[in-house]
Amino acid sequence: MTSAASTVPAPTTTAPRGPDLRRIARALLPSLSLALVLATIAYLNPRVISYFGFTLMLNYAVPIALATVAQMFVMATNDIDLSIGTFVGFVCCVTATYLNDDPLTGAVLLAGCIGVYAALGALIYLRNLPSIVVTLGMSFVWQGLAILLLPKPGGKAPVWLQAIMSYKPPFLPLPILAAILIAGVGYFGLMRTSYGAILRGTGGNSIAIARAGWSLLKAKAVLFALTGAFGVLSGMALVGITRSADANIGNGYTLLSIAGVILGGGEFVGGIVSPIGAVIGALTLTLASTQLLGFMKIPPDWQVGANGAILVIVLAARVLITQRGRDR
Amino acid sequence: MSAALANLARRPWIWSFAGALLVWLGAIQFTGGYGAGGMLTAALSLAVFTVIVGVGQMFVITLGPGNVDLSLPANIGLASAVAMKVMGGDDSLVALGLLAAVGSGLCVGIVNYLLIWALRIPPIIATLSASFVIQSVDISYGRGLQIKPPPGFADFANILISGVPLLAILTLLFAVIASVVLHRTVYGRSVLAIGQNIRAARLAGVKVEPTRFATYTLCGALGGLNGALLAGYFRGANVDIGNEYLLLSIAVVVIGGTSVAGGNANVPGVWGGALFLVLLQTMLNTFGVSAGVRLLATGLIIVAVITAAGGPKAGR
Repeated sequence: MTSAASTVPAPTTTAPRGPDLRRIARALLPSLSLALVLATIAYLNPRVISYFGFTLMLNYAVPIALATVAQMFVMATNDIDLSIGTFVGFVCCVTATYLNDDPLTGAVLLAGCIGVYAALGALIYLRNLPSIVVTLGMSFVWQGLAILLLPKPGGKAPVWLQAIMSYKPPFLPLPILAAILIAGVGYFGLMRTSYGAILRGTGGNSIAIARAGWSLLKAKAVLFALTGAFGVLSGMALVGITRSADANIGNGYTLLSIAGVILGGGEFVGGIVSPIGAVIGALTLTLASTQLLGFMKIPPDWQVGANGAILVIVLAARVLITQRGRDR
Repeated sequence: MSAALANLARRPWIWSFAGALLVWLGAIQFTGGYGAGGMLTAALSLAVFTVIVGVGQMFVITLGPGNVDLSLPANIGLASAVAMKVMGGDDSLVALGLLAAVGSGLCVGIVNYLLIWALRIPPIIATLSASFVIQSVDISYGRGLQIKPPPGFADFANILISGVPLLAILTLLFAVIASVVLHRTVYGRSVLAIGQNIRAARLAGVKVEPTRFATYTLCGALGGLNGALLAGYFRGANVDIGNEYLLLSIAVVVIGGTSVAGGNANVPGVWGGALFLVLLQTMLNTFGVSAGVRLLATGLIIVAVITAAGGPKAGR
């Protein structure tokens, strides 16, 4: 999916101050959209702006944010994971069965999943495969495994996991605390370490990274393994909330996670991603797609449509502010 | 002869047909030859619908990295409802209904393009958002409608001519036309040029935006047509009728040897890929495996096929 010509941002001829302003606007946009959605919710129903209101409203934001960050790692290397949704579903099934009944086997299975992801990354690099198709195939694999494991909804989340997900920390509601934690880990790991820069570089200019002596194979495998790891966390968080699993529980996460990354300022090519933005994007989508529509009393028929419309509006704002360039 | 064979082996689409043949042989091996013809008839009938949207998706994917139409399932669902409502169970209104379905698909394609072009939203997200809105339109529009096709239309969609579905023959004709359009017209060559290098194409004077507009609109229209035909074949329209075509349409394009990076496409491969995937399902069904194993095997085979075929050879 690499096309060197379009991935390298064209040098701008405008005065240096212009791009800087645009850069700030770009960085602030995810937060602005989140603030806008929150303000609308506060206007419609002021009572929800409270500790318990946020805990309830953002309950599902934790697994969605984890899945979004997972998606962000593969997008940093110009790939895409269309299987993350069914993978999260599979992890849910493993967590609600093996990890509960036989923690050791469960843990080994989940670690194995991360290994599978690393192997996929290596395979995609070695054979120069389109990740969109490989992960499309894998989405069938995970779904099939999940159905084999739990043909009917059921299972039980481990007690300790339920306890973690229903923990009520002082002052800050758990979802917000978790979001800050996830964003922080992603930010320092990918944006502030030197190897993180190498990893992002594989999306920006993989040839340069290879010529500088870094192993692209290792970088791809690491990024995919990170996706797998965050996918596992997402599934565990989800089943900790729902308390039982269902093979189709995560299916919506694929598209949510991609939209979240884009909403957070990420790009499909060029290694341009933002962990903080991705988490904010996930929060915005969670609120916009579930809470806002409920408070606006949108009839059920039109809820999905309103979701799409919100996505369009937010993305249009993003693009109008940040991109004046030609091409794509 | 061997030169001809070697030449054939270089065609990217030949592997999808080889795969289709292999799974068919696997299936009749299992049944001891029983139902071999019936399997082919059923496979042809179902492959038709995948080919129609697959060709549309192929043109879109060929436009280059990131171009894909994720709104097909919603588009198909809406068009199936529109077609059935316009036909109203009356055989004399079939042509009008088909036209309305294509029109509904055209509108979807135009909206997709406007989101991509005017708002500069990446196609994946733009078509995805559009599909949400279309789905809502379909849900609220499709409620309480008479949703059965006119008997004449339903029979037409199910006609067999000595074991070969009429729709399959028509779709074969359509594929030939699509192939000519892709390789022998200014429009088709423009699509390929844009997929290879959008900047070079623009500098060379290719009308980039009109071509992209035409491609998304074409894909939308084919999705609309597919919706009407599906409703006829399955004797009824519903919101979920197009759901499986999201993954199928992308999978057949790629299995058929069209480059996901754009700029390199072929139509025969869409037929090969569609037959392969449909026959694969048939084979797994004859083996009597559970839904879970079927999904697992389908996924593993898709990954294996793409791994064996390999990606584009790294340039420079």
